[in-house]
Amino acid sequence: MSENTLFIAENPNGKPADASLVVGLGDLVLTPDMPTSAGSKMLAGFKSLFPARVAERLQAAGHHIAGKVNIGEFGFDFLGETSWFGPVTNGSGSLTTAAAQLLAATSVDAVVGLDVNGTEARAAALAGQVHVKPTYGCVSRFGTVAIACSGETVDITARSAETAQRILDALAGHDDADGTSLPESECARVTSDGFDQAATAGEVFAAPVAHVKVARGLADTADDDTKRLLDAALDALRAEGVAVSDTAPATDELLKVASTAWNILMCAELCNNVNRFEGMKYGYQAEKCQSIDELYTRSRTEAFGALTKTAILYGSEVLAADNYDRCYDKALRIRRLVSDAIANELAGSATSGEAAGQTAIILPACAKRSYSCDDVEANPYLVFDENRFTAPAAISGLPAVVAGGVQVIGAPFSDVALLRLGDVLASAVSAGKEA
Amino acid sequence: MTAYETVIGLEVHVELATKSKIFCSCENGSDAEPNTHVCPACCGMPGMLPVANRQVVNLGMTAGMMLNCDINRTTTFDKKSYYYPDLPASYQTTQWFAPVAVNGCVTIDTPNGPKDIRIKQIHMEEDAGKLVHDNLTFTTLVDFNRTSVPLIEIVSQPDLRNADEVEAYLERLRTLLRFAKVSSARMEKGTMRADVNLSVRPAGSDELGVRTEMKNMASIAAIRRAIEYETARHIDAIENGTEELVQETRGWNDDAGQSFSMRTKETAGDYRYFPDPNIMPVVIDDEWYDRIRASLPELPEAKRERYMTEVGLSDYDADMLVQSRAFCDCFEGAVEAGAAPKDAANWIITNCAGVLNKRGMTSDELPVPGNALGQLIALVNDGKLSSANGKRLLETLFDLSETEEGIPDDVAALADAEGLLNSSDTGALEAVVAAVIAADPETAQAYRDGREKALNPLFGACMKELKGKCDTQVLRELLISELMKS
Ligand SMILES: [Zn+2]
Repeated sequence: MSENTLFIAENPNGKPADASLVVGLGDLVLTPDMPTSAGSKMLAGFKSLFPARVAERLQAAGHHIAGKVNIGEFGFDFLGETSWFGPVTNGSGSLTTAAAQLLAATSVDAVVGLDVNGTEARAAALAGQVHVKPTYGCVSRFGTVAIACSGETVDITARSAETAQRILDALAGHDDADGTSLPESECARVTSDGFDQAATAGEVFAAPVAHVKVARGLADTADDDTKRLLDAALDALRAEGVAVSDTAPATDELLKVASTAWNILMCAELCNNVNRFEGMKYGYQAEKCQSIDELYTRSRTEAFGALTKTAILYGSEVLAADNYDRCYDKALRIRRLVSDAIANELAGSATSGEAAGQTAIILPACAKRSYSCDDVEANPYLVFDENRFTAPAAISGLPAVVAGGVQVIGAPFSDVALLRLGDVLASAVSAGKEA
Repeated sequence: MTAYETVIGLEVHVELATKSKIFCSCENGSDAEPNTHVCPACCGMPGMLPVANRQVVNLGMTAGMMLNCDINRTTTFDKKSYYYPDLPASYQTTQWFAPVAVNGCVTIDTPNGPKDIRIKQIHMEEDAGKLVHDNLTFTTLVDFNRTSVPLIEIVSQPDLRNADEVEAYLERLRTLLRFAKVSSARMEKGTMRADVNLSVRPAGSDELGVRTEMKNMASIAAIRRAIEYETARHIDAIENGTEELVQETRGWNDDAGQSFSMRTKETAGDYRYFPDPNIMPVVIDDEWYDRIRASLPELPEAKRERYMTEVGLSDYDADMLVQSRAFCDCFEGAVEAGAAPKDAANWIITNCAGVLNKRGMTSDELPVPGNALGQLIALVNDGKLSSANGKRLLETLFDLSETEEGIPDDVAALADAEGLLNSSDTGALEAVVAAVIAADPETAQAYRDGREKALNPLFGACMKELKGKCDTQVLRELLISELMKS
């Protein structure tokens, strides 16, 4: 363990001369030649017998895997602060993630990980990088350590939208080993080629984003700096001819409760998924146990961090037989309501107005422009509140892109359109900085 | 003295006869060497995602239809969490919210006539592994071959009243499931296991008494003993207050003939069921539903009736055949291939059953297709194959069924290649007969003098020379005519 650990392991095979992009893999992505710790003492040093599908696809596309990137325990915390290998700060002392810091300070081109709870989206927004959480089902989750399967997707962080798209082109595709994987023809829609063909054919998901809607109530829960950044982004979009309006107030209200519902679903699934880490078969095992119950209890008590324990207890509680209907089942209903509300906001505007195109929702990705280690120490459960900006995309499975410090959420398969909009946002922000 | 009534409901676990496990492609074969049919998925390693085996759903639907259930057209898989060393992912994937089949019914025979036992539901789930305790070293080892082996659990309503009804119900389930090829349903092999829920109440009462559940009963005899023991224990507790009855799970120690407390309701786990987000709801459309409905077998009693009235078999032959779906399939195939029904039935009931018995196989394991048996019978009846060599050929068919190539389509060619066919060379036959007569003139003369029994040693000598490969009728006629000539 050392301060600011960026890679927990580096690729022992070295970089081939003809590799196109250099990619780090988040530590929930399994690799047989490097350990996968999931950011947890529980899995420290664990080596998988098989690689994740995304690792295979990256290599098949000629990209080089540089190593395994440090993450927070089980990848669902605020900014990686719960990692067994310690938190990461940037040059000015603010909390960041290892992925964002690798992109800021090294020649790594992109980091591919598992987006459980918006951690890398927040980090990318703070660092001015590009992050994409693709449409659910377009990139195989086979070989990722499952945490909150109903919402998590493989994600990409890069310095530019163009690089993120190149990585997405390599990753997207059907996989029989993932029962939630969409058919190949649908996966192809999030690749440049598939998207351009669909655009030629006039399909709605492949139209450019011509209209953004601001969830004003939710956006206003962010601080003034963040709101100013959002306003600047809106100005830049207007200058490009993109129409700007507000979402319906009812949508806003639903988006605000998305976080509460997502916390229930995420913690319940996490609780169940990490049950398998019980000290028996692999991973951390407590010593000198007298009984199987003691082995389970002590191994888990000694190896899991505080935030994970909170999530396990919370998840266990919302799934208890007496609470299921009023907690878990209600969260499933809210998921449906939120998804429907967003779908309504995004629908029907593809051909309306002067600029034909599709609609996206625009939001901040986090509430402030920088967080200190003290912020998360003072409130270790900050993430369960401040994930309110990323929860709508997690709960609905819709694609979301962070660029220029703000987040856009689009209709299914609008990934490429969002990334192209992200390009506009990113250059607007960098132009603003220079001005 | 109060008369009491025992109220029994059964939860029957049946291992499905699929090639592979329910969520991975490992072979479904739990008797193999420990931990040889395992992969990262069924060992609970991180990174693997479940992919539901369609054949499991086919068999779940088949079982539901055989037991007159309604099929849920959208059926889902759910996670059930608990810790145990035989459960590698610390959760079992089962069906809690929308099981594949509900509201069924099975009719059993009782001394008071037919009785309907209602089925509450049938759900599909994965099995857990097997713990092997070594009492010498005080260690426990885990065999994961059985983890993720597909099961269905058939849950009855509390409609059973005594051990005879329970036995009749289990036998009926076994017959229906075997006929539909859902499972081998063999309690002795562990492919069928029952949990017995039992309570006792004054006869005629509508209220249920305190219920205890005995888990994992593995034989009908043990179930009978357990029902007797538990009934007596409950009555004793009610009448004499020997103990307070509590709702609990009990184990059955068959050697001691006693049940013992395992866990009470208060300490029973909360399994924290929720839908598995990695397995999409299975939607059964009309095409799928109709395909399974069309694949259901004729019921054994319908077959028995048809074999007697339409095919003309005796009730004994019909009874013998309908004890096994494999017998019926072989019989019907042989008749379709041209065999006389009586011949086909005889060959199956006598010869096939004999070989099965000799090899320690059950009637459900008859590996000979009806078409092959039909050809074999035709060869014998046409005088091309002796009866003894017919039996040899049958053994060869059994042997071949275990090989990669299996049983060939052309059985006559096989018999020929094996050198079992009768010689069709009459010149050779005549030469053998002439040689045998020449070699034993006294016996030949005795026959000519009217001692008919003298034919036997001459016939035997010919058969020995021909190695049994001839049509015995032809040989007999030729031998007699040659004897009378000289
Ligand atoms: Zn397996």
